[in-house]
Amino acid sequence: MNATHFHFHDPYQPLDSPVHRLDPRVKLILALGFILTATLLPVGAWLSYALLGAAAWMTAHLSGLGIRNVLRRSVLALPFVLAALPVVFTAPGPSWLTLSLGPWQIPVRVEGVIRFLSVLLKSWLSLQIAVILVGTTAFPDLLAAMRAMGVPRFLVMTFGLMWRYLFLLVDEAIRMLRAREARSIAPEVPGHRVGGTLAWRAQVTGRMVGTLFLRTLERGERIYMAMVARGYDGEVRMLPMPPLSGPDRALLAGGLLFLIGILLLGWVSRALFL
Amino acid sequence: MHIPDGFLSPSVALPLWGVSAGIGGYALRRVSRELTERETPVIGVVAAGIFAAQMLNFPIAGGTSGHLIGTALATLLFGPWVAILIMTCVLSLQALIFQDGGLIALGANIFNMGILGALVAYAIDQTLRGIWGDRRWARTAAAFLAGWAAVVMGALATGLELALSGLVPANVVLPAMGGIHALIGVVEGLITVSAVTFLRTVRGELMVERPVAGRVPLWVAGLALTLLLTLLAPLASSDPDGLERVAEDLGFIQAARPPAFELLPDYTIPGLSNRSLAVILAGILGALMAFGLVIVLLLGWRSRQRERVSNSKT
Repeated sequence: MNATHFHFHDPYQPLDSPVHRLDPRVKLILALGFILTATLLPVGAWLSYALLGAAAWMTAHLSGLGIRNVLRRSVLALPFVLAALPVVFTAPGPSWLTLSLGPWQIPVRVEGVIRFLSVLLKSWLSLQIAVILVGTTAFPDLLAAMRAMGVPRFLVMTFGLMWRYLFLLVDEAIRMLRAREARSIAPEVPGHRVGGTLAWRAQVTGRMVGTLFLRTLERGERIYMAMVARGYDGEVRMLPMPPLSGPDRALLAGGLLFLIGILLLGWVSRALFL
Repeated sequence: MHIPDGFLSPSVALPLWGVSAGIGGYALRRVSRELTERETPVIGVVAAGIFAAQMLNFPIAGGTSGHLIGTALATLLFGPWVAILIMTCVLSLQALIFQDGGLIALGANIFNMGILGALVAYAIDQTLRGIWGDRRWARTAAAFLAGWAAVVMGALATGLELALSGLVPANVVLPAMGGIHALIGVVEGLITVSAVTFLRTVRGELMVERPVAGRVPLWVAGLALTLLLTLLAPLASSDPDGLERVAEDLGFIQAARPPAFELLPDYTIPGLSNRSLAVILAGILGALMAFGLVIVLLLGWRSRQRERVSNSKT
């Protein structure tokens, strides 16, 4: 970790585009609808996946984030796919080809490959749309949208406080890591041994966690006092969002219809082919 | 352990969303009743602190490193309800902003790492301190096992959910997840112990001594979940689909013999043909649990020794 400041990791890209200007409520609902659609689609609904992908890429292009940028960020979060790999070998049905691994013959199954690719695509599509959502919506707008959608006030307030102090505290953690690296436990360098026993390293890390925790708690208390000094009385007041404009409503309805259409297409084509 | 979107089938992901929302909502009401208005902003900052503490890693070996998840630590410090709330916030933000875990899968992730972890950690800490008394080594051992079990049980639940989604056969994913996380859990346990010990030394008043089994329903729920998962995992692993198929095709199923472990000697499931496989998996799980226990006992013994040394000095 070379970065000194964590806020470079804020995924929001302050650009000006039709997607950025869209009401955050519409974006949040459509993004959740998109992911739900991807989840609900049957295995092997390739046409529906392709349409969802086209929609995601079009949004990525329109948003100014760029398709390549969105793809790069969505690929980073995919190592979990390995967990789905066994299905290629264990699914029921005829085998497609057989891998020879020394004395073993490992069957690769058609059904398994289809399931694996489906999971891969669904997961990848969901990631892309999530990347676009947070890339085009500033966090306070997302919070307002969540509040408008009925997420409890306390949770929204907590998200807001977390967001505000997250970068500060992560910076603190990074400074502590650097201090530790300078004094004792450098990460493994070829040719150099890591200092101390495993238990000792864990203990040092645990004390760092404790220290960070104390600093966090004290900071939290100071923040609370500052809030009280400015009139906080235990109640968080948020401006209600204005009602959705006509074009926003139309876009929301159109988007939801598109998603429902894709879902129907996926299930109907599956029913026809089977 | 953060499950991305697309991995869980809707029939697994959506009910878990409901469960997590329900329990989270209840925790919210409990916490806002119990805490003074003073403490509510502090929770948000502490949640951010847990997020930051997850970045504090330490090198283990061979270029791998371990870090804290924090559910057990939050439970030991604030009690289970606040911990559930904090972890819900941490996991939601991770899913929403950093795509660490999916949004439809968020319910499952909150359940595995937040709710289950907090209940398991709470139940284990309370039970062990109840059995061993409130001695220093007992608190250490209880904190270690609480951290270890929170991670392992969460991993087993994750494995079960993936298996229920028809993605990975239970007898592949459960031993794999359980095995890896039995080691990751050791890291969690060690960090939890030393963080709790540190905080108790530095700011003793923070560690409010909660009465043992003061919240009986929670304690029972956590214990029941722990037992359920410990029993369900080997049972599900003996599911005759999946691995056995491959084993049959590869022709090594005949080679599988009941192993020599006597950890769970009466482990048989009536009516299941692949008993040997079930026994192997039960053996693996049993061995992992025993491994955890040995470490705990060692830790307890060491801290008792240290106590004796410091006593003899004074």
